[in-house]
Amino acid sequence: MSTVVLLSVTGLGLGALYFLVASGLSLIFGLMDVLNFAHGALLSIGAYATWWAASHSFGYPLALLFGTAVGTLASVALELGLIRPLYRRPREQVLATVGVGLAVPALLSAIWGADARTFPVPASLGGTFTLLGATVPVDRLVLIGAALVVLLALKAFLGRTRHGLVVRAGVEDRAMVTALGIDVRRAFTLVFAIGGAAAALAGGLAGLYFGSVDPTQGSSLLIFGFVVVVMGGLGSVSGAAVACVVVGLVQQFANYYSTAGLGDLSVVVLLAALLLVRPSGLTGRLA
Amino acid sequence: MNVPALLRPLRRWWPALALVVLVLLPYSALSLPGLLDGPIGSPGSLQLLALCLVFGALATGYDLLLGRTGLLSFGHALYFAAGTYATDLLLTQTGLGFWPSAALGLLAGVVLAALLGSVSLRMTGIGFAMVTLAFAQAGSILVERDPGGVTGGEEGLAATGLPGWLVGIQHTANLYWIALAYLVVTLAAVQWAVRSPIGRVWEGIRENERRVEVLGLRPYGFKLVAFVLAGTLAALGGVVYLLLTGGATPQATTSDFTLSLLVMVVLGGSGSRWGPLVGGVLYTWAQHRLASLAGSGTIAGLPSVLRVPLSQPLFLLGVLFVVIVYALPGGVAGLPARLRGRGAQA
Amino acid sequence: MTSSLLSVRGLKVVVGGRHILHGVDLDVAPVGVTALLGRNGAGKTTTVRGILGLVPRTGSVIYDGLETNGLTTHRIVQRGIGYVPEDRGIFASLTVAENLRLAERDPDPAYDLVHELFPELRQRARQAAGTLSGGQQQMVAIGRTLLNRSNRLVIADEPTKGLAPRVVTEVAVALERAAQAVPILLVEQNLALVRRLADHCAVLADGRTAHAGPAAELLADADKSRTLLGVGRRADTAPAPVAPAAPATGGDH
Ligand SMILES: Nc1ncnc2c1ncn2[C@@H]1O[C@H](COP(=O)(O)OP(=O)(O)OP(=O)(O)O)[C@@H](O)[C@H]1O
Ligand SMILES: [Mg+2]
Repeated sequence: MSTVVLLSVTGLGLGALYFLVASGLSLIFGLMDVLNFAHGALLSIGAYATWWAASHSFGYPLALLFGTAVGTLASVALELGLIRPLYRRPREQVLATVGVGLAVPALLSAIWGADARTFPVPASLGGTFTLLGATVPVDRLVLIGAALVVLLALKAFLGRTRHGLVVRAGVEDRAMVTALGIDVRRAFTLVFAIGGAAAALAGGLAGLYFGSVDPTQGSSLLIFGFVVVVMGGLGSVSGAAVACVVVGLVQQFANYYSTAGLGDLSVVVLLAALLLVRPSGLTGRLA
Repeated sequence: MNVPALLRPLRRWWPALALVVLVLLPYSALSLPGLLDGPIGSPGSLQLLALCLVFGALATGYDLLLGRTGLLSFGHALYFAAGTYATDLLLTQTGLGFWPSAALGLLAGVVLAALLGSVSLRMTGIGFAMVTLAFAQAGSILVERDPGGVTGGEEGLAATGLPGWLVGIQHTANLYWIALAYLVVTLAAVQWAVRSPIGRVWEGIRENERRVEVLGLRPYGFKLVAFVLAGTLAALGGVVYLLLTGGATPQATTSDFTLSLLVMVVLGGSGSRWGPLVGGVLYTWAQHRLASLAGSGTIAGLPSVLRVPLSQPLFLLGVLFVVIVYALPGGVAGLPARLRGRGAQA
Repeated sequence: MTSSLLSVRGLKVVVGGRHILHGVDLDVAPVGVTALLGRNGAGKTTTVRGILGLVPRTGSVIYDGLETNGLTTHRIVQRGIGYVPEDRGIFASLTVAENLRLAERDPDPAYDLVHELFPELRQRARQAAGTLSGGQQQMVAIGRTLLNRSNRLVIADEPTKGLAPRVVTEVAVALERAAQAVPILLVEQNLALVRRLADHCAVLADGRTAHAGPAAELLADADKSRTLLGVGRRADTAPAPVAPAAPATGGDH
């Protein structure tokens, strides 16, 4: 029983990371048709910025805030500097993000080395607590809590604000939004800011979760982010929320009850099975 | 009138001429300082040249998807790695000879491409890209986790039981010729396929998939043929690569490997006959030169603002890639036409 | 028509290497309804999309005294244009109320007018627009353009296409009402409706303007309207000016 509880909480914690990566990816893709390969780079930027701040005695919450802010700025800069000039050329936009996705981790390892750096985990978050007889690390709860807050905030933003309305409409039909006299490119910058913030937050939290940061963390999390996005249905935040729970749990349980590595494989098998049954993903939204 | 008349046969026959030159290269003692470290015929240079040819061919095969059919696959590394690892596993585990192992390894790549292609192609556009990426990632994880201790994990897996004339530094020329043969096969296969009736449907799919559907054709089957053919060529490349490097490395399974193919194709010029080849050769050569430059004293003396980024070839290549996407949309292959266009305008 | 609200000259549109418009001239009067007519595939929708900058175009489009070439779509629309696209352009996953709210540009949107003309929209405010009937969706689309009193031009692309007769009447009433306040460029195949609403008309054939003048005059001339619009029977005697082959040079720019 206690093993099941521990695995569930850990799986949900991992799912929370996936959600933070996938929600931004999904929004960006839904609105702009851009598959952001630089999303992992944004995560790494957030991770290193948080690590840097935390190692300079900022205190974890402040460091996390700093990392998120840096990631957000980087993301906005990416959209304004590289994506926007290639407007109406989605393939080139994807290629540009591929270039950034290659260059940023390389730059990070040039500056701070290719090896993992230990993340200074604060004592308050390094402990454990007891839940239904299981000893669960506190950081899992932090991850789940952060993802829930982001999910609720995104829902509120999309459902209750005018900008959110523009984003939802733009996901459906970008051209028609402009034909209503709305500058949809502002929404582009906005979703990049949101996606970058969530990814950078995921980076800072990943440092906590894994206890270290390294230049390739972003790329490997990104791939599961992609899986979650496809499973949830491209462009759907709620779909991503459901899919990340499924992926996180399946991965943890399969990893525990089988040879190591099978968890990651089973996620992909799950994806293949889902696509065979429902090519449009869980929410039935077509690309 | 005279000069063009003289040039016309040259224009027609230059590929054959280039091939003859390439075949004869191992016999050359010419030095190209700056470009290659030793004389062309030296084992080190031949090894690098062979790698350039292999990646030129791989990029050409990958462009069958990207540039000819308009399919953005992020999982091409998987089929390359399937050829390498399957052959290597058969060699090390079963004691089969090289040729049967290579044939079965190639077959493994083909079957895998057919199987996974038929699932991934249920998605279109970017969804397809993500799914191919996920599958390739699964392969990469499998290799790195090293189930049963057969793949060698992060260490890679050295090949055993290769025929004597394919191992050892003194036989590098043989490996070079095999790489060249692989390139010729790839170029011929791609050229033949693109000119066939299927190739014309691919072109239609790339331009506008809807219109192909309106004509009453199902794009799915045609895309699958492209996918399997490209996968087969990649698996064959994997076998050649295995010979060339004497083993399988997990780096060849990663998404970064596929991304580097993408960079090669875009660098050289997607959808053109020679572009991907040029891109593959340039990229491979640049990566090796940059890597040896990074380890050399030239860079160590620079101030840190320059030294730090220059020590990372991937950083330079990533930046170069972004620059090309912006400044040179047709890649290197599109350069002459662009220059001519500019000249005509002026 | 010296002082037209919208003046299009030599509008050309190329989509995917295909020349679709070869030079459309069009004037929309500052009052009343101007009908844009032509057979299926003549280029009416493309003309409208070209005016709004939704497709890359060349030529001149002067709206309200200002050249709009080079402006982005939202900038053009912000200068006071309401647009009812051919496919209605409804956001299916958004509610009716959200669809309308998205179109608000004025500080005091004219919900009273919209709800007076289409009472159904008030009742269905919280329904997802994708679940509305075709007629109801068209009401949302037209309602969106009436919401902004600051609009000085409404462009409606076949607003009655595929609608039941009762709904056609409802839409016609709404357009008539709108026309009292704002000039309309109306693309329409329903000639009865054109007769009822339009003051002026322009006819497109094969991507260029084949005729322009008072609407009543054209509709009164049975021969002319038959050759231009192919009304009644398949016009095998159609003059159909043959489009010149696309210039071989890749671009004229
Ligand atoms: N995106 C496109 N790609 C290729 N051809 C197009 C495209 N859009 C329009 N066309 C072609 O341009 C021509 C004009 O189309 P358009 O939709 O403007 O006609 P229309 O007058 O609005 O017709 P209808 O009365 O049927 O709505 C048609 O032959 C159409 O097939
Ligand atoms: Mg039309």
